[in-house]
Amino acid sequence: MKYMMLIHQGTSPTPQRPDEWATLPADEQQQVYADYGALNETPGVTPGLGLQLPETATTVRVADGRTLTTDGPFVETKEALGGYFFFEADDLDAAIALAARVPAARLGGAIEIRPIMEW
Amino acid sequence: MTGDEQQFREQWGRVVAVLVGRFGDVDLAEEAAQEAFAIAVERWPAERGPVPTGWLVTTARNRAIDRIRRDRTLASKAHLLGAVAEAEVPMGTPVIRDERLELIFLCCHPALAVEAQVALTLRTLGGLTTKEIARSFLVPEATMAQRLVRAKHKIRAAAIPFRVPPPEFLPERLAAVLAVVYLVFNEGFGGRDELADEAIWLGGALAGLLPDEPEVHGLLAMMLLHDSRRAARHRGGDLVVLADQDRSLWDAGRIDAGRQELGQALALGGRGPYVLQAQIAASHAVDGSDWARIADLYADLAVRTGSPVVELNRAVAVAESAGPGAGLAVLEGLPLEEYRYLHSTRAELLARLGRTEEAAEAYRRALELTDDPAEERLLRGRVASLGQA
Repeated sequence: MKYMMLIHQGTSPTPQRPDEWATLPADEQQQVYADYGALNETPGVTPGLGLQLPETATTVRVADGRTLTTDGPFVETKEALGGYFFFEADDLDAAIALAARVPAARLGGAIEIRPIMEW
Repeated sequence: MTGDEQQFREQWGRVVAVLVGRFGDVDLAEEAAQEAFAIAVERWPAERGPVPTGWLVTTARNRAIDRIRRDRTLASKAHLLGAVAEAEVPMGTPVIRDERLELIFLCCHPALAVEAQVALTLRTLGGLTTKEIARSFLVPEATMAQRLVRAKHKIRAAAIPFRVPPPEFLPERLAAVLAVVYLVFNEGFGGRDELADEAIWLGGALAGLLPDEPEVHGLLAMMLLHDSRRAARHRGGDLVVLADQDRSLWDAGRIDAGRQELGQALALGGRGPYVLQAQIAASHAVDGSDWARIADLYADLAVRTGSPVVELNRAVAVAESAGPGAGLAVLEGLPLEEYRYLHSTRAELLARLGRTEEAAEAYRRALELTDDPAEERLLRGRVASLGQA
């Protein structure tokens, strides 16, 4: 079974926002790097590509043949996707256990687990 | 529940469980089980006694395999075909492992909405029809059917596992299972007896499957003890409060069974929330409500659950053992402004202290918050009796 793991940053600090990131003690910062490193090394994990901050997003709609372009993500900024990776596992419990190890999940964010469509 | 119904439920759950375990598809398992039970009615000769579970499982399994072969969309799933090869066994295989525990952990998986957990558990383990479940929960049958379809689809699509959770997940998952059984029981407590019976049956099955878990016995004990007062709780459609109940209507068999379960839970070292609630229920049923002890048990329970509703119950027990003034003090500042029982309890205690006007005001607040006709009658009666005091 293959899952896409969507990381919603929520209010969790990220190095991309230096002011917030600085509120984390140095050892916790190190731990976050170490945890993400360990995740990427976990058998079954295919790391995703890094995304820039949601503020850099552009949202596009087409209505009556006209392209409407707006600034910002489709959902609210703090609910926007922060990152993603893939995980191949036996079942949902394995994916839940792995999701619980993603630092964002314990720092104010959340992980959404989406099973990949199999044809 | 009659003996035949009991027998059907046991076998239904076991047949569905084995098939879900083999094929990973709840729909397929249910349909095949249904066919097997129908075939049994036609073909199993009555003079040979009850249909053996093994016969039902083998028949259902063969029906499922037929269905997979016929249905191309199912057959295109490689994992199901693999399961077919494994599952093909001759009729009459004797020993069938009981896999209902795996099934209940599947149904009560936290990745499913609680309403779906409840419905799936009643359907797959209890053998209730969608129509029966819908009627019990007062929702349209189509809504209930939709809920079940969505849940079964998610089990397949997200690969929710069919197994007893590993130790790191077990406490949390067992709590979810017990919560589902308790919820079914609570729904039944409002007068829908069939749900109370169902919850007690599920609790008994669970206690058989997890004999070393004190909270399982605690929950079963609590349900049995509460249920022992079923016949005394209503009189002509009106609610009768504990103190006014006719004790000769209490079910002595239920009380004994409840005490036995509680004894087991305590022997296993149980001190969890269900065991505590069972101890409280036992005190009402057996010791004629030892209020000082009940207040202590509620204090323990409040520490474990952090629930203001538990504090409200403690206030009642404190009022009985140490006087209405002491009970009122416990109620102070509880964050239950919108909870009708807070106001009816306050009213009761104020009335006992002779603070009639405040009591009437609190009863009116409780009346605003209730929409249950039996409760409304009870509260109106109390307001009226204030005037006469």
